[in-house]
Amino acid sequence: MMRLLALAVLIAAALAAPFFVYPVLLMKVLCFAIFACAFNLLFGYGGLLSFGHGAFLGSAAYITGHVVKIWGFTPELGLLAAMMAGAALGLAFAVISTRRQGIYFAMITFGLAQMVYFAALQLPFTGGEDGLQTVPRRALFGLIDLSPNLSMYYFVLIIFVLVLLAIWRIVHSPFGEVLHASRDNELRAVSLGYRVNHYKILLFVLSAAIAALAGGLKCLVVGIATLSDVYWHASGEVVLMTMLGGVGTMLGPIVGAALVVGIQNYFAELGAWVTMIQGAIFVVVVMVFRRGIVGELAPLLQGRIGKRWGTAAGGAAMLPPAAAGTLNHTDRAA
Amino acid sequence: MPAGEEGLTGTLTPSLYLSPACGGGKSGGGDCQGRTNSASHVFEIFGIPSQALFSMLLLGAINGAFYAMMSLGLALIFGMLNIINFTHGAQYMMGAFAAWMLLNYAGMSYWAALILAPIAVAFSGLVLERLFLRHLYHLDHLYGFLLTFGVSLLIEGALREQYGVSGQPFQVPESLRGGVNVGFMFLPNYRLWVISASLTVCLAIWYVIERTRLGSYLRAGTENPVLVQAFGINIRRMITLTYMLGVGLAAFAGVLAAPIYQVSSIMGANIIPIIFAVVVIGGMGSIMGSIVTGFVLGLIEAFTKLIWPEASAVVIFVVMVAILLVRPQGLFGVRG
Amino acid sequence: MRHSAALGFALAILLAGPAQAQTAGGGVKIGVINDQSSIYADLSGMGGVEAARMAIEDFGGKALGKPIEMVTADHQNKPDVATSIVSKWYDVDNVDAVFDVPNSSVMLAVQEIARKAKKLVVVSTGATSDFTGKACSPFGIHWTYDTYAVAYGTGKVIVEQGGDTWFFITVDYAFGHALERDTSAFVKSAGGKVLGALRHPFPNQDFSTYLVQAQASKAKIIGLANAGSDVINTIKQAAEFGIARPGSGQRLAGLLLFDSDIHSLGLPTAQGIVMTTGFYWDFNDETRAFSKRFFERRKAMPTMVQAGVYSAVQHYLKAVQALGSKDSLAVASKMKEMPINDFFAKNGRIREDGRMVHDMYLAQVKTPAESKYPWDYLNILKVIPGNEAFRPLSESECPLVKKG
Repeated sequence: MMRLLALAVLIAAALAAPFFVYPVLLMKVLCFAIFACAFNLLFGYGGLLSFGHGAFLGSAAYITGHVVKIWGFTPELGLLAAMMAGAALGLAFAVISTRRQGIYFAMITFGLAQMVYFAALQLPFTGGEDGLQTVPRRALFGLIDLSPNLSMYYFVLIIFVLVLLAIWRIVHSPFGEVLHASRDNELRAVSLGYRVNHYKILLFVLSAAIAALAGGLKCLVVGIATLSDVYWHASGEVVLMTMLGGVGTMLGPIVGAALVVGIQNYFAELGAWVTMIQGAIFVVVVMVFRRGIVGELAPLLQGRIGKRWGTAAGGAAMLPPAAAGTLNHTDRAA
Repeated sequence: MPAGEEGLTGTLTPSLYLSPACGGGKSGGGDCQGRTNSASHVFEIFGIPSQALFSMLLLGAINGAFYAMMSLGLALIFGMLNIINFTHGAQYMMGAFAAWMLLNYAGMSYWAALILAPIAVAFSGLVLERLFLRHLYHLDHLYGFLLTFGVSLLIEGALREQYGVSGQPFQVPESLRGGVNVGFMFLPNYRLWVISASLTVCLAIWYVIERTRLGSYLRAGTENPVLVQAFGINIRRMITLTYMLGVGLAAFAGVLAAPIYQVSSIMGANIIPIIFAVVVIGGMGSIMGSIVTGFVLGLIEAFTKLIWPEASAVVIFVVMVAILLVRPQGLFGVRG
Repeated sequence: MRHSAALGFALAILLAGPAQAQTAGGGVKIGVINDQSSIYADLSGMGGVEAARMAIEDFGGKALGKPIEMVTADHQNKPDVATSIVSKWYDVDNVDAVFDVPNSSVMLAVQEIARKAKKLVVVSTGATSDFTGKACSPFGIHWTYDTYAVAYGTGKVIVEQGGDTWFFITVDYAFGHALERDTSAFVKSAGGKVLGALRHPFPNQDFSTYLVQAQASKAKIIGLANAGSDVINTIKQAAEFGIARPGSGQRLAGLLLFDSDIHSLGLPTAQGIVMTTGFYWDFNDETRAFSKRFFERRKAMPTMVQAGVYSAVQHYLKAVQALGSKDSLAVASKMKEMPINDFFAKNGRIREDGRMVHDMYLAQVKTPAESKYPWDYLNILKVIPGNEAFRPLSESECPLVKKG
């Protein structure tokens, strides 16, 4: 009963929100929430910290912008194109980077993302630092005009819910179970016959595709695709959002995204303080709040139910110490 | 103030700025050295004039020495503490700022600042280690990485809030001005100083780590801290001192950089990705690896500036990805 | 779960919420948006905000009988942050006109938003001449300078004075390319030659290889088509290598250099550099009067763009008052009708493409010996009349310009 009530409140809030809060801001939050969920899929559930996820966000924005503005297609095709491109790019990244773990994996993704940034800068169709401007929203399926902010909001909301469901399905599936197992003890999973590397690659591709969806959506929402999405700060920000919200939880990234975007907006007048606040958040989260807001709050709220949604599928919400041990061992070179 | 026509305070006479190249007109202190490069000695290697090639090699080596010294600090910290010190860039910047403050507010000389600034910044490293890093050693690398990333944002934001972004004026010290003509180019004395200082420091540290007893304690401590502690050696203090040393190295690099690079809150963020790439390529925790890789990458970067300048920022990452694919533990790393 | 979900979402909305609609008092409301935390923060930033504030105070604080409101924001040099803030300002917060807007990509994006919202945007810090060219709009006004004027002043006029061979060091950005391209065009049309050009990534620390090649080219002028930390690093290292020192036969020309840059370089390093500026604080008594007041508040002399913000805001308010209404198109026409005669510009006027035309100045950085007091940095070498300095209407690509 309580759960139904809470769900109803949530749905009502989501539907009514654009009448209280500026819809473009809400949509930005939702796009970044999708982005953070995609990142969390790879990091929280797969144990792989990618420091180059901005590459998928940014390149997807360019692709969608190009498809919709220059080629004149409808938005859903633009998003589809973005997702396919994101998946392809994710495959390339994955094949190269999953050969390593831990910090090396992160560094390789970082390096690859820098190359994508360079490509974005040099290729003529991206418009350099001016970016792709005045991307129109056009009509969904050729029928529903998405130019009014309200219509666009509901469209983004629907996509957001679909993404959440998709991620839930991925995590709570045999595929997800294997990933969970390999995160806890990779060697054992391998010895059981699972080709862990292939699972990692598939997870990366899924994560990249969803991040690409977020990028394409964002481009349609704000109407521009720029270099700042591909720059490594975007990759750093999504780490911040996920860590703050709670790694490996379903809702953590959403809360984290909302908070970070909110801070950027609300404190926009304070200038350099935003950077300092972000830095302070990182410090506090790592020292004290390792499970993030949702990770810390959920167990407090509602015993078993809280644990189910506040933590990863049946496991710890932070990086398991066992993994820390293996990483220490393989990556140190004295 | 105004002379004749309102507002015009000077005239664009040719002699004001365009005296014939060398030998004529007023000079501002004998700066016509090295201007002539005898064309007869210039030959081409793969289509690149030899003069350009040699100057590129020299400049690249100098930058490489710089990178080597900075990544040395990172490698030391990672080897000993198992912490990926993202704050390194901010500490480099703090070194430059500390030097500027010492020069500006305390009237000290560049040479005094060269000693004092790294010490001051090293003490800030002490605080950081004691308060935060100490609790993260047993955890996954990524926590240390994220924490130091957060600290770097804090420091950079604070300095930007206080001093803006345009930077502070900082000149090359009197004794190091001017330069020498090495035939194919004019080499500023200051750059000579940079490469000598960096090389000296790098080799000194390498020697201490690899060839002295203190260094052997350090190396033993990274492999088996418990056992070393059992021998009566204060591991905690060694760890703290190692961190301070690494931080001091970054700050020293910052003081070296202050006269030639803009002293501003963003100078660290610009250089840190390169340093990380150097350390990762060299093999994290390997001293010699960082030194050699630093130099090589400096050369590669300079070469790219010659043949494809726009790509000079990204070439290092291409190299990094390539190396990590072929030799995952880095050039000098040891596969665990 | 649902509890924490509800909590999470509510928390999120609450925190995102404060960026809410502000009820309008009905009076004139202006917005000042610029870069307050990133690389261009010293050009305008809080100084630009202060300039706008001074303009409002000097105007009396009231227009059309009601108090004038001002909102400000930091777009962190990101176009998407800028567009969402400005959209919200126009759509929800009832802002009537937006000022300053640095960064060429941002100003183009804001131009479109203003066009759709049918509200005014007056750019002071942003540079691209496309703003009054291809992308011109009846709601967009470009105040202080643009890439054409800078290229003209620094390019053509220097060539006429003898600086006829050039070498460019350019930032690998569309903006840098445009600056180099426009300046090269002027150099060549004035009879000069471009001996070479090198592009460097953004941002770049070490310019030694580029500078050495520029030096070897023996070009009389080394043109720096970059800005911010890049141009500061280039100049510092040029000083280190003894390039373009007095008597060397070479000179540096900064294509986008501001007083704040010179201040952070220091005169010993920056002396002798040639540049074009739209305003200099020490030019005459009027400019000095304004600048001293500005200095009291900001402890720094105003850059040309900060002075431009003051001038633009004042002119806008005067137009609103004279018209008796804040209807955007009408105000824009009134602004174009009224000449600008303040400390910033004499006989300045806004053309139909939105370009505010006023005199520009060719300047050279003083030697330390010549500088007698703090911020005494520039010698003004030549006044470039407004109708020469800016792109003539006959060459304009703006659809609003009627061709004869």
